[in-house]
Amino acid sequence: MATHEVPVLWIQGAGCSGCSVSILNTKHPGISNVVLDEVVPGQHVSIRFHPTVSAGQGDSLMHVLEAAPKEMPKGYVLVVEGAIPTADGGTFCHVGEHDGKGIPFARHVETLARSALAVIGLGDCGAFGGLPSCAPNPSGAMGCLDFFRAKGISTPLINIPGCPPHPDWFVKTVAGILLLGLPKPGDLDDWLRPKAFYGKLIHENCPRRPSFDAGVFAKNPGDPGCLFERGCKGPYTYADCPDRQWNGGTNWCIRAGAPCIGCAEPRFFDRLAPIYEKVTEKRLEGFKV
Amino acid sequence: MQTITIDPVTRIEGHLKIEAKVDGGTVKEAYSCGTLFRGIEIILRGRDPRDAQRITQRICGVCPTSHSIASALNLDSAFGIADKIPHNGRVMRNLLQGANYLQSHILHFYHLCALDFVDVTAAADYKGSEPALQSLKAFIGRGSLGPFLPRYEGDYRLSKELNRAAAAHYVEALEIRRLCHELGAVFGARMPLNQSVIPGGASETPTVDKIAQFLWMLDRIRHFVDNAYIPDVLAVAKVYGDYAGIGAGIKRFLSYGVFDLEGGVEDHLLRKRAISSGRVKAGGEVLPVDSGKIREEVARSWFDDSCASRPPYGKTEPVPGKPGAYSWIKAPRYDGEPYEVGPLARMYVNYVKGNPGVKALVDGALKELKAGPEVLFSVLGRHAARALETKYVGDCMAEWVATLKPGEPICAEARIPDAAFGMGLTEASRGSLGHWIRIEGKKIANYQCVVPTTWNASPRDEKGQPGPIEQTLVGTKIKDTSNPVEIVRIVRSFDPCLACAIHLVSPKGRSLGKFSVPV
Repeated sequence: MATHEVPVLWIQGAGCSGCSVSILNTKHPGISNVVLDEVVPGQHVSIRFHPTVSAGQGDSLMHVLEAAPKEMPKGYVLVVEGAIPTADGGTFCHVGEHDGKGIPFARHVETLARSALAVIGLGDCGAFGGLPSCAPNPSGAMGCLDFFRAKGISTPLINIPGCPPHPDWFVKTVAGILLLGLPKPGDLDDWLRPKAFYGKLIHENCPRRPSFDAGVFAKNPGDPGCLFERGCKGPYTYADCPDRQWNGGTNWCIRAGAPCIGCAEPRFFDRLAPIYEKVTEKRLEGFKV
Repeated sequence: MQTITIDPVTRIEGHLKIEAKVDGGTVKEAYSCGTLFRGIEIILRGRDPRDAQRITQRICGVCPTSHSIASALNLDSAFGIADKIPHNGRVMRNLLQGANYLQSHILHFYHLCALDFVDVTAAADYKGSEPALQSLKAFIGRGSLGPFLPRYEGDYRLSKELNRAAAAHYVEALEIRRLCHELGAVFGARMPLNQSVIPGGASETPTVDKIAQFLWMLDRIRHFVDNAYIPDVLAVAKVYGDYAGIGAGIKRFLSYGVFDLEGGVEDHLLRKRAISSGRVKAGGEVLPVDSGKIREEVARSWFDDSCASRPPYGKTEPVPGKPGAYSWIKAPRYDGEPYEVGPLARMYVNYVKGNPGVKALVDGALKELKAGPEVLFSVLGRHAARALETKYVGDCMAEWVATLKPGEPICAEARIPDAAFGMGLTEASRGSLGHWIRIEGKKIANYQCVVPTTWNASPRDEKGQPGPIEQTLVGTKIKDTSNPVEIVRIVRSFDPCLACAIHLVSPKGRSLGKFSVPV
């Protein structure tokens, strides 16, 4: 059986490459399985553009992006890592240049998204704007969710937030598309996150939940007990970290005595900041979620 | 004169454009420009100082661990607890930062640089049974070679056997790099962005269980470093011997030192560190580092001239279109001079200083290459220094983890002062990293980072001296200007990290607008 090639274009805007590095940490399948092998039988993910791993550079590589809508008429999956700066015509992030003028990242996203089969807004920045969009948002950064609304882009969008996102959330969403097609109505939540990974509050499955219920709270780093008084955002954060854990099941934040910082939520850091102060209902006012 | 523009330079962190003016096949002038602005320092203002610890990690997803350490050292000093960090907290910080050194250096050589030297298509007609090469062969056979194509062609010199061995290691290194992050997660909660480093120490609790797990994960990584990474770098060095004479650079090196080996000393530069602080010119003596002599200049940067200052007092008033300026990167200088930072700087400072572990490793490699220390000042020298440092740090970590004391304190009490200054000096995998904070009314009034790539990719300064990468490119012979592989090999040997260096805007002179930007 011939292998079906699924072209992927992975572009980076106002981000830190932390999502890419986190995706490299995928264990089963490993990243070499994702990139080199048929990640599910008969299907190969062909990464045609990725700024951190591509062998090429400069114009020869930029040509891949420019030609994509024409040369891949059957479509491609677009991954957007990093926020999209929109202030002052998108001048705060350029990728490549045309006739000596930098091309705003926002223009790449708009052009490529319209011809894509589907778009994945990766990480809090790619999905919702993330850190660059925090107050006072100096570069007018936004994620795919707001950008698509503003530009009237109707291509299917799946958001995989997290700062960084867990590699499973991304890799297994992609595997799901290859095996079963695009998500069906009801598979995604209001923020276009797959419910399979973002369906439950951290707090619902937290191993320290019995301490919360018993009113036993940690006061200092290393103390047993619930971390709520130390600022834990678990009661406000939808993600399956307590079940899945991180880095191949090695550890995760709350197990290591570190409060959840709410990194998979929209408006991270602003909505739930300060990180090490208890969340009060008053602080949540004024944020539409 | 012909101008070569490479935009984007890939396989680095972030957005970089390089322009080189070439005459008669030789680079005469070089300019490096970053093309992304996020404004993290602006976002930090007015926030809880402890949040800087988590936010500054997001400056760079490739070396966030080092930002978390620099930020913790910065807050330790601002909170007045720099001399109170308990043994366990200090050692766990070292283990975390060490784990990220291992992953960063392995990633840099195999996944960011090897494609400049290794031809992975050598696996196309492989007939053996090694899974990695079979995967590569099937991949090539499907005919769609992204991300390995398109590429600059024409300078792959390793034999088919060496190409295949290195290609198999490229695949294995993906797994080892992942294991490095799992190693970091043992005491860091998760990687790449750790959660457990906090002012005062760390939040994880050492147990015998975790110590044993850590040791054996580390053992597998050290085995790879000894048996693949270092041999592969030496194999490349033997075949690409001309790159021991290309990219010498400014031969002036700075290290703040990294991996604290003692508590109780407030001044970071006076602490006993596994990799020492110091500065040295090639052939000279190692001199002490005085943080008061670090100054950021703006003569050729798009900022008002009054912005030149020492980092704690920095202000930033952008002046787009300022005559003679060409970059949004400031120019950090030590006592008025540019310095190269990074693994080569650290290894050379420690080699000259007589650090026994470093000296033995460097002398051993030079003996195998039948060369003197002068070959260190080159593209290959930077790769070799990075590989040898990986071994040195990995070996040290095996000793450190065994000193953890289950049941003893992990963290000193941290209280936010009403007003304070702080400074945190360490070494990221890419080079010298400094964080500075001013706290007023228990909030961040000003936060500044001077990062490795700002040193290495800085523009010309008040005296007209180009930055280290610019100086390194000048004089380089380009065999084929349509295929300028020499330029990208030199630039990558510095392991630039643009997310860190550019706190500002595109280099193309558009208006920064309405805010003043503290960098």
